[in-house]
Amino acid sequence: MSISIALHALEQGLIFGIMVLGVFLTYKILDFPDLTVDGSFTLGAAVTATIIFSGGSPLWGTWLAVISGSLAGLFTGLLHTKLRLSNLLSGILTMTLLYSVNLRIMGKPNVPLLGKVTLLEEIKVYFPYISENYLTPFFFLLLVIIIKFALDLFLSTEIGLAIIATGDNEQMIKSLGANTDLTKIMGLSLSNALVALSGAFFAQYSGFADVNMGLGTIVSGLASVIIGISIIRTPTIFWRTIAVVIGSLFYRLIMIIALRYGYRLGFEPGDLKLISALLVIVALTVPLIKRKIDFLTSFNLGRKDLQNNHKEV
Amino acid sequence: MKSIIKFLGTCVILIILGLMFSSLILAAPLKIGIVQIVEHPALDAAREGFITALREAGLREGQEVLYDLQNAQGDFNNAISIAQKFKDDKVDMIVAIATPTAQAALQVNKEIPIIINAVTDPVAANLAQSWESSGNNVTGMSDAAPNALQIKLITRLLPQVKNIGTIYNAGEVNSVVQVEEVKNTCKELNLNLVEVTVSSSSDVLMAAQSLMGRVEVIYIVTDNTAVSAIESIVKVCNQEKIALIVADPSLVDKGALASYGIDYFNLGKRSGGIALQVIQGAKPSEIPLQKMDDEKDLQFVINLKAAKVLGLSISEEILSEADIIIKY
Repeated sequence: MSISIALHALEQGLIFGIMVLGVFLTYKILDFPDLTVDGSFTLGAAVTATIIFSGGSPLWGTWLAVISGSLAGLFTGLLHTKLRLSNLLSGILTMTLLYSVNLRIMGKPNVPLLGKVTLLEEIKVYFPYISENYLTPFFFLLLVIIIKFALDLFLSTEIGLAIIATGDNEQMIKSLGANTDLTKIMGLSLSNALVALSGAFFAQYSGFADVNMGLGTIVSGLASVIIGISIIRTPTIFWRTIAVVIGSLFYRLIMIIALRYGYRLGFEPGDLKLISALLVIVALTVPLIKRKIDFLTSFNLGRKDLQNNHKEV
Repeated sequence: MKSIIKFLGTCVILIILGLMFSSLILAAPLKIGIVQIVEHPALDAAREGFITALREAGLREGQEVLYDLQNAQGDFNNAISIAQKFKDDKVDMIVAIATPTAQAALQVNKEIPIIINAVTDPVAANLAQSWESSGNNVTGMSDAAPNALQIKLITRLLPQVKNIGTIYNAGEVNSVVQVEEVKNTCKELNLNLVEVTVSSSSDVLMAAQSLMGRVEVIYIVTDNTAVSAIESIVKVCNQEKIALIVADPSLVDKGALASYGIDYFNLGKRSGGIALQVIQGAKPSEIPLQKMDDEKDLQFVINLKAAKVLGLSISEEILSEADIIIKY
């Protein structure tokens, strides 16, 4: 595999990594399967693209994308906590209505950005000593690291800890007098703000925003979270946020391998989804098989203290 | 007193009679329901072409004809609901743009004439018994793109090409049919076709990147998913100096090198012509389904800006054949 292809996988893994951090926050921390993601990813792209296309500043476009994403999360949170709709339904409803909202924002189904100055061009001024090929991956790496540490820091504050506790045991923290409606809404807003930011960067990176571009975001997000967490099994927030970003990189790498080399093995073009799913299954089961083998070879079948490493994937 | 009531009664009767009579003279406007599967520049152009053709024939919007414009937003179930609405509203004609909406319209109603538009293969889609006569209430235009001609164009523009790449959504029937045609043409011309499939517009960028170093030219059929993300393909092609040929001529000014294909506005106008025949009393089953396969229906667009990026010079002979030249 050539270096530039690996570099492209890295760039996209990092861009989607921001989204994966958002999905991690709802799915793993808040224990809330949030389907808003498919809509808010497109929302971020739509807002940024519309602003850049009409001549606005890319930085403002990106900021407004973050704000609009957090509003989408707020809406899902209000549906769930105030109107008492189930978590899945709240997400589905917001995702569905965002399709029309995104069409309204863009005014058409597709906004091209080719030839427009995006944030990725503007940052070149600040990093004159890095060659152009490496600037984009470097910028996204820096961004993801900043977001990762900011998220770690937020989750260690009192509110952050309350969000974690809401996901772990809602009844318990309710009995301690915390407002779980508020923690859920905050978690959802923050998560969707990250997802929209990811969408905003993806639009600027790929040169367009399209009303259908969010399709399947939640699937790749969940796959990345689960892959990451099953590769790195340290249960601290610090390692878990690293793990999910690595999961995202891994997922994109698998996708590009499936695209490039899948057909050599006699697969048909339509088998792409099958190949990528199979590769994910293989990636997830290798550590398990390895542990099984270690377990058998160590001849300690009777010792309970060596059997507790069967954690749920 | 009695005479006043009599007078008023007569007046009322006269007014009612007058209204009935005037409505007979000023015939009720024609109601046409237009449904398209998604918002898409090509499909929008086809719709505008249709409306323009009717306007040019003297049927103005809001006066002689009322349009009910509907969009299924990519969902087949919506297409069914819209078709049911048209049937309940007793529209005089349904214009169905793209295959799924045409299928939904025929599924729901077998009486109101359906003018199909931008349906690649109406026979394969079970919309018609044959190209000569549908045998039901369907007629209209196919947008079967002349893919074989496009591949031959590639070999004229870039004689040294050996490997052609294509990106499409394996879930779109129209695209699968077209890629099959491209594959056969490539086989005839001894070219190697590298296929990559996507399922959403956000996959297209990576798909284009996966073709890097494997192909010298990328050809994009009229696939809705790939076309939505054409900017990503242009970006990769510019970086890697790969030529991009597109089936839809309206995409050339977005950065593709050339196209020899169907102009959807003209396609819409042709279907408007068919609609006029139906309005004048022809039965849909009597009007054959038509393709845009005549050379004068096709548009040859070439982009010199893209040629410059590729460092490619284009012969005067080819330039003289072009309908539209995008200059730098």
